[in-house]
Amino acid sequence: MLTKRIIPCLDILNGRTVKGVNFVGLRDAGDPVELGRYYAAEGADELVFLDISATEEKRKTLAALVRHIAAEVDIPFTVGGGISSVEDVDILLKNGADKVSINSSAVRRPELISELVGKFGSQCIVVAIDAKEGKEGWKVHLVGGKVATDIDFFSWAEEVAERGAGEILFTSMDHDGTKAGFANETLAKLSERVNIPIIASGGAGTMSHFKDAFHSGKADAALAASVFHFKEMQIRDLKKYLKKEGIPMRI
Amino acid sequence: MKIVLINYGAGNIQSILFALERLNVQAVLSDDPEEIRSADLVIFPGVGEASSAMAKLQASSLDTLIETLKQPVLGICLGMQLMCNHSEEGNTKGLGIFDTSVLRFPENVKVPQIGWNTINELRSPLFNGIKEGSHVYTVHSYYAPLCKDTSAVSDYAEPYSAALQRDNFYGLQFHPEKSSAVGSKILSNFLNMVS
Repeated sequence: MLTKRIIPCLDILNGRTVKGVNFVGLRDAGDPVELGRYYAAEGADELVFLDISATEEKRKTLAALVRHIAAEVDIPFTVGGGISSVEDVDILLKNGADKVSINSSAVRRPELISELVGKFGSQCIVVAIDAKEGKEGWKVHLVGGKVATDIDFFSWAEEVAERGAGEILFTSMDHDGTKAGFANETLAKLSERVNIPIIASGGAGTMSHFKDAFHSGKADAALAASVFHFKEMQIRDLKKYLKKEGIPMRI
Repeated sequence: MKIVLINYGAGNIQSILFALERLNVQAVLSDDPEEIRSADLVIFPGVGEASSAMAKLQASSLDTLIETLKQPVLGICLGMQLMCNHSEEGNTKGLGIFDTSVLRFPENVKVPQIGWNTINELRSPLFNGIKEGSHVYTVHSYYAPLCKDTSAVSDYAEPYSAALQRDNFYGLQFHPEKSSAVGSKILSNFLNMVS
């Protein structure tokens, strides 16, 4: 049986992880490789590395980091952050990334999704969508949620799926950072509209929030950052809890 | 021991190289028939679209070589699918090593299947020491149905071949190089086929 996935997200700035505390047994929580290995050993099903740096050397630094992660971590990982061309993706995949995540660049030029799928296959192309609910429904936001658009979230998600993306990583800007639970109603609706796996993001605060994202939200995977980085919950304990609640988990 | 990874320009092979390195083994990348033929073990990787991958194999005449190999050959993911008779993906002929066609998952499940699924009914030396119901990482839109060459079963929409074996030919639908300790054990079992 296919299990639901728990995915910690690590923000990378100039080759270092940004958030997080030093866990017991971890020499350096700022080292993405060491932190990634730690989470893999804790039972994480995948990892997402989001590069938030905006330097000229970014591409080179990130490629070297990806190579290092791929050499050391034996679970799949996705790399995102500022990816905007076939060439960007090629470098990351060649260095051992399993998947890449694109966001604003896909909204600006939707053909990019088709180009990437055509060259690399659906299985490695994740499209991240940041959205927020307004008077006229859910709208797509760009640049980490900072720039509003009038693009309808569900129509964009459908286009993303039609263009062949392998997964959608949906972050609700209304829930992100609140620790009050995922956008379950919207997630469930999204699952009815598109037939590709959905990763839920934004709002994780308690273990029951994850249960709700899988049960009510019908998500295929759930992503979180701070609850793991600040050790508010251990992935191992979370997965045991979810399994007990009847959600298929890899333990 | 000489391990050759068939290099025909199809997809990401770095992860497999790294997984072998974690087992202290260096593999050679090659598209040279002589070098492939002289290897102790051959790995046939593949990610991407079936008909274009098959076209690349044909362009380098590797399509006729693979089925003549006598040493253990391990096809991974698309590599395994190309070793079957036919694939619905791009309606392409395969190498005809495993006696089955490759079909697209029906629309009543999310496609692609992405994540960790269980493997059961394990019957191959590749799975020595692997427990029934172990989890492996898999990502694919097409699958090989159960057939006489099935050597492990997973379930998605319906039971399908998570692994295939005929004589010296082994195929895995999932990614052992990304399947943590379980995957590492499966790769090490493959390496142990030569001493």
